[in-house]
Amino acid sequence: MKRLIASLAAGAWLTAGLLLPGVASAATPKNTLVQAWAIDDIISLDPAEIFEFTAAEIAGNSYDRLIGYDVNDVSKVYGVIAESWEVSADGKTLSFKIRQGLRFASGNPITAEDVVFSLQRAVILDKSPAFILTQFGLSKDNAQAKIRQTGTYSFELEMDKSYAPSFVLYCMTATVASVVDKKLVMEHESDGDMGYSWLKTNYAGSGPFVIKDWRANEVVVLERNSNYWGKAPAMARAIYRHIPEPATQRLLLEKGDVDVARRLGPDEIQAVSSNSEIRVMKGVKGSIYYLGLSQKNPYLSRPQVRQALKYLVDYQTIADTILNGTVIVHQAFLPRGFLGALEKTPFSLNVAKAKALLKEAGLENGFTVTMDTRNTADITGIAQAIQQTFAQAGITLELIPGDGKQTLTKYRARNHDIYIGRWGPDYQDPHTNADTFARNPDNSDDAKSKPLAWRNAWDIPEMTRKADAAVLERDSAKRATMYLEIQEEHQQVSPFVIMFQEIEVAAMRKNVQNYVIGPSFDDNKFAGVTK
Amino acid sequence: MDPTTPTPAEERLGASSAGAILRGGVRLLVSVALTFLGLLLITFLIGRVVPVDPVLAMVGDRASAAVYEKARLELGLDRPLLEQFWMYLEKVFSGDLGTSVLTANKVVDDIARVFPATLELATLGTLIGTLFGIPLGVLAAVRRGSLSDQIVRVFGLIGYSAPIFWLGLMGLLVFYARLDWTAGPGRLDIAYDYIVTPETGLLLVDSALQGEWEVFGDAFRHIILPACLLGYYSMAYISRMTRSFMLNELSQEYIVAARVKGLSERRIIWGHALRNAAVPLVTVIALSYAGLLEGSVLTETVFAWPGLGQYITNSLQNADMNAVLGGTIVVGTVFVGLNLLSDLLYRLLDPRVRMRR
Repeated sequence: MKRLIASLAAGAWLTAGLLLPGVASAATPKNTLVQAWAIDDIISLDPAEIFEFTAAEIAGNSYDRLIGYDVNDVSKVYGVIAESWEVSADGKTLSFKIRQGLRFASGNPITAEDVVFSLQRAVILDKSPAFILTQFGLSKDNAQAKIRQTGTYSFELEMDKSYAPSFVLYCMTATVASVVDKKLVMEHESDGDMGYSWLKTNYAGSGPFVIKDWRANEVVVLERNSNYWGKAPAMARAIYRHIPEPATQRLLLEKGDVDVARRLGPDEIQAVSSNSEIRVMKGVKGSIYYLGLSQKNPYLSRPQVRQALKYLVDYQTIADTILNGTVIVHQAFLPRGFLGALEKTPFSLNVAKAKALLKEAGLENGFTVTMDTRNTADITGIAQAIQQTFAQAGITLELIPGDGKQTLTKYRARNHDIYIGRWGPDYQDPHTNADTFARNPDNSDDAKSKPLAWRNAWDIPEMTRKADAAVLERDSAKRATMYLEIQEEHQQVSPFVIMFQEIEVAAMRKNVQNYVIGPSFDDNKFAGVTK
Repeated sequence: MDPTTPTPAEERLGASSAGAILRGGVRLLVSVALTFLGLLLITFLIGRVVPVDPVLAMVGDRASAAVYEKARLELGLDRPLLEQFWMYLEKVFSGDLGTSVLTANKVVDDIARVFPATLELATLGTLIGTLFGIPLGVLAAVRRGSLSDQIVRVFGLIGYSAPIFWLGLMGLLVFYARLDWTAGPGRLDIAYDYIVTPETGLLLVDSALQGEWEVFGDAFRHIILPACLLGYYSMAYISRMTRSFMLNELSQEYIVAARVKGLSERRIIWGHALRNAAVPLVTVIALSYAGLLEGSVLTETVFAWPGLGQYITNSLQNADMNAVLGGTIVVGTVFVGLNLLSDLLYRLLDPRVRMRR
């Protein structure tokens, strides 16, 4: 038996011995940027289909678009592939001139033919983000006639109405308007799919990085584009590693095995903040957290109840504690940084006022209502805090936890009472959020358009009319005023308790310089990063 | 008569044993086919009754009604449930497991990528679990009630009951972050990526076959911690069962007889008791191995290990049914395969089973 014990000890020693020589290297290569993120949301690398956070950011660093904006001041719009543009007198046609001498990563020259093909392709393929272009009256049938090449380096875009030019230009900054290499894509066309099956997992762009490899739920590898027409990135490679667990991300960052950790929770952020080797960088994002109150619920449809609930959220405490440093209190549907954003925050926890409003609604004894709650730490934390403050006014809030897709399925089918959600704008123009929070052209169950206002069964013909007018206003100052007015009304009467605007936090090693966290989810840039 | 020529009786015996083998083979095939069919049907139905809209994974939350409807039709969701299932089966029989909505790849390719990662981890975990579990179980049984028995039992109990998620994080904190003995999460450091050409998909094997010993070392440093963790979990189970089987064997009369005959204690334990305990132990080890081969989701999450468990879970959460069903086929194959293997080992280890045949 002694021999057995000795054998076990020897086995343990041998195992430890095998480990000991392997002291892990604790630094990423000098010319490589390694980011830890959760990349399981990527379902496609085709710009005509990309609509998820990670893929949009990757496209933002690997594809060029016609138009760009200054991430520090989004009102400053400039041409990227486009050299200049003009709006016709009737406001319905935009004529673009394309820069000459640009090349795709493949070496093929970029011409108006590629730009026209890219826009037509996005409309014809009609994937999720296609509405960003089709909202200008474009469709599969008319795309070729309305988006037309007028020269080797010029083309025109004809719209159905005279939209605000800023609206159109901001839409051209979206991922769906990325310019793809027509020759390369069409070489891989099969069954008339315009190269869709191929581009889903491949690359045909002209940005600072090329997408070299995507292994789902594992890694995305970008490499410096040697044919890039702008300033070449300092990093030869940029790698996203799929590290879903925040605590693991923290360990990797502290050890230096990743340069940037993108998915740290409030606890991890606080912990790494005191590490002298790590810098925490923050940037205000466009996503907002809100409660959607279904107007099909007889209690929630009373105006006084809607307003009472806005006084029953302890906004500042939640922002300071549960979401520590990752949000700011914000109570209007347009995020800060957008044209016409309303920054007023009139609501704070006021139980007495809420009780008075409930009494006015004939519900002084409170009522019971459910809330579908996504089972992530942040959403669950907010929901539990709200449950406590609702209870102070006699409202029993029953939380129904569920996976993200599960709660969303229920919300989309209008089967909820209250839904706690997060909404990020699709492009940088105010219409993106007005279109969903303040428009509901048809409130019937089988409506074609189903914005957030529809999901909450909020019938608003008058506000819809105002939002439709704002998108056509060509004077930017006037347009901003129109959105401010809509938000003032919306803030008071809507069935949306808008609570916070997201702050994106990235923790990085001290030697990582020039990393940019932009206002939109596709604006995080690392072409200028040095280490 | 030529002694090599079979007698009529031997011929009849040969024919009947060949017939028995054939019948056995057919029975086995039918039972495997029915198992798979049942497995696929249940998984398919579960996937369809979970309150998750599969179209959402494909088009996202912002798609227009027209885009949504088009995707719904593409997925065949407008057809009756059984018809959808039949369509899927037709594809499977033609060797097509479909395309994953989430990864845009053919499910076969996805599985060929993620399964070797799990296979490598589970095999190493089971090896560690078996190498330590059996001796510890024997030790505990032989020294029943002693301090070493108590230590083994408590050690096993911790492995059995401590959340593997927590153990994983603690393991990383101690052995990776503090002691620097192992590498961190993932299968390989980025510096070693793309050096080895995937052949089997098993990094340790591929790197060894290609003589890339630095890559082998790095892959080993990455795999050893999660493998030890799974090995610990597996060891806890194996040592407990070994102890129990050994206690049973050691109380048998043949052990008393062996002692009366004056056999050494070492021979009694290893040559007789363990040999008999080994028969049910084969099933225990096979089941433990099969459990690990399904993919340990939590371990894979903590260690960012791109394996089958994460793949199936992620697919299920998004109602990506092609991927879920493809993964189910793999898991089913693993279970059926390991059951057959343990059956074969039974025959090798237990002469009574051979005799019955």
